[in-house]
Amino acid sequence: MAALLAADATMVKFFTDELGIKGEPWAYALAAFIHAFILINVFALAPLFFIWLERKVSGRIQDRLGPTRVGGRFGWLQGLADGGKLIQKEDLVPKAADGMLFRMAPYIACVSVFGAFMVLPFSDGWVAVGADVGLFLLVAILSLEVLGIILAGYSSGSKWSLFGGMREAAQMVSYEIPLSICALVPIVSVGSLNLGEIGAIQSGPIWNWMLFHDPFTFVAFFVYFTVATAGCKRAPFDLAEAESELVGGFHTEYSGMRWSFFFMAEYASMFLVSGVAAILFLGGWNSGLAVDTWLREWAGAADGSAVVGYLVNVVGMGIFVAKASLLVFVQIWVRWTLPRLRIDQVMMTCLKYLIPISCVLFLGAVLWPIGMLMMTGRTTLFGEPMGERVPAARVENAPPSDGASAATNIESGNSDRLAASAEDGGQP
Amino acid sequence: MSGEQFLFWLLALTTCGGAIAVVVNQNVVRMAFWLVVSLGSVAAIYFLLHADFVGATQLMIYVGGTVVLLIFGVMLTASGPHVNIKTSPADLVMAGGVGVLMLFLLISTVTSVDWEVAYNKLDSPAAEEVQVAGGDEERGDVRVEVDDQAVADDHVAADDEENGGIHPEYPRKLRPGYNDPRITQGNTARPIGLKLLGVSLEDIGKDPGELSAGYLLPFEIVSVHLLVVLIGAGYLARAKRRVGAKTDAESSP
Repeated sequence: MAALLAADATMVKFFTDELGIKGEPWAYALAAFIHAFILINVFALAPLFFIWLERKVSGRIQDRLGPTRVGGRFGWLQGLADGGKLIQKEDLVPKAADGMLFRMAPYIACVSVFGAFMVLPFSDGWVAVGADVGLFLLVAILSLEVLGIILAGYSSGSKWSLFGGMREAAQMVSYEIPLSICALVPIVSVGSLNLGEIGAIQSGPIWNWMLFHDPFTFVAFFVYFTVATAGCKRAPFDLAEAESELVGGFHTEYSGMRWSFFFMAEYASMFLVSGVAAILFLGGWNSGLAVDTWLREWAGAADGSAVVGYLVNVVGMGIFVAKASLLVFVQIWVRWTLPRLRIDQVMMTCLKYLIPISCVLFLGAVLWPIGMLMMTGRTTLFGEPMGERVPAARVENAPPSDGASAATNIESGNSDRLAASAEDGGQP
Repeated sequence: MSGEQFLFWLLALTTCGGAIAVVVNQNVVRMAFWLVVSLGSVAAIYFLLHADFVGATQLMIYVGGTVVLLIFGVMLTASGPHVNIKTSPADLVMAGGVGVLMLFLLISTVTSVDWEVAYNKLDSPAAEEVQVAGGDEERGDVRVEVDDQAVADDHVAADDEENGGIHPEYPRKLRPGYNDPRITQGNTARPIGLKLLGVSLEDIGKDPGELSAGYLLPFEIVSVHLLVVLIGAGYLARAKRRVGAKTDAESSP
């Protein structure tokens, strides 16, 4: 796990150097604990808010008020009240169920979504694990959620649950294909799977956002969002729990906290895919006004203005959360507006329409820079070329070197990394 | 015991424990669950080795593949709830024999490798680097300092095309300097991708004619081959079903 933990090397450095904690394992463990604590609170509080939002929005759409009593006029404590109710409920395991898998399934669904938050950056550099394969790792971890659903459906020992689980499996396995291809559309323009780099490259004015990079990324955003909604098994794609036909689908037999784990996973994954959409297409933590980019560069260039950089990052996190929450709101809005599809329609939408569309988008995004170069002599429609969008502060802020060649730099970087790994692993 | 060693032993334990549980269990879905535990632990060991791309691929392909296996297992074999698989003693003996032979093969392979060479190869340039940069300061501090200096050098070299020896046409964001090792330590995706194209990080800036052919063509041939096999398998399975249930296929829209 050292490769993952090394991402927060600054925090470890802080613990070892400033606080004087002896021994790197403890510093790593402490840093990992703090990151996990922060993330698990995001993971726990986001569903609390979105469940309240879902109730209010659905109420308004159906010409009702929604919750009004718990916690004052807007019923903002409704989520907490729901949670309190669920904790008190009895934890039932049906007689026909496979006990171990039945108890395990909610945790698998929950942990896989929670694990994916690990690589999601909330602001410039504010990420638990800044992996170079960030997006790939995120999709890989998120794809484990379906395992929890299938296990829940199978182990309940109920026909409704098995149907729900199988539907969910078919749906998730097919919708992962267009999801990955649509996520690749901005990637071919950016040239990196690192979510932090993808966000940083969209800094500056609003036309630097990948959404406006070319027509293909513009369409890809909407396709991605549709597919991501289906991936979260939200209406109109919520065939896995279709309560009008399958009682409760895969979670028919669940009650109490185990049931609520599925819901936490669902709402957290809504926020997660919306956050990924915000980073891939909507500029991530950048406001699109170029003010924050300018401030960030200034803070990076000037000495002793780290506070400004920190504050810009806090505002950036607010922008990112606002963008992601807006997309979650759209998902809720869609759920309470559109009728549910049939299962064959769900599969047909994916296999006959969304996969070909996303393939065409991918091909178009690959060919776009070449076409632009031939037609206009530049590779992008708006803004500077992608290769020039590396945040200036990171390059210019480096102190002058003695002019060593790049090859030795690479070697020194590699051997340095090897030194670190050899040292960590070599100690008896 | 260092933290890495502790994590390694923990993950090795879950890997082997999961593998044993796959063999011992008789329920298909429980087997699949333990297979996921075992393969997921292998992915975690890859992360421990700073091989983030291989780890993510392990999660995506093997663990994801197990999910598909599970679906087929449940859909095709479940005649009632919680089907158990009974193994006959003859099968048990045969499988055990094959397993023991495999274990011998692995052990003999591992013991026949001279690990000292690999270890020295890994260790010597690193130790040299630390000594050159640090002198007799404390080891932990030295490493951090070297890190910073390497980063700084990278950035400047990436900016300076004359000194850096990097091809001027090469996009700036792909140059090695952008990747701050403090943020993305163990980032293997880019070297792997470049290697696939026949370029390694040491080759950056060289004349394209000097580079090797790379592995892209074999990779593509294998992947297209797999796709053909997949489609062929689907076609065969479907054609067989159609003979028996022609009326059903015609009546349904």
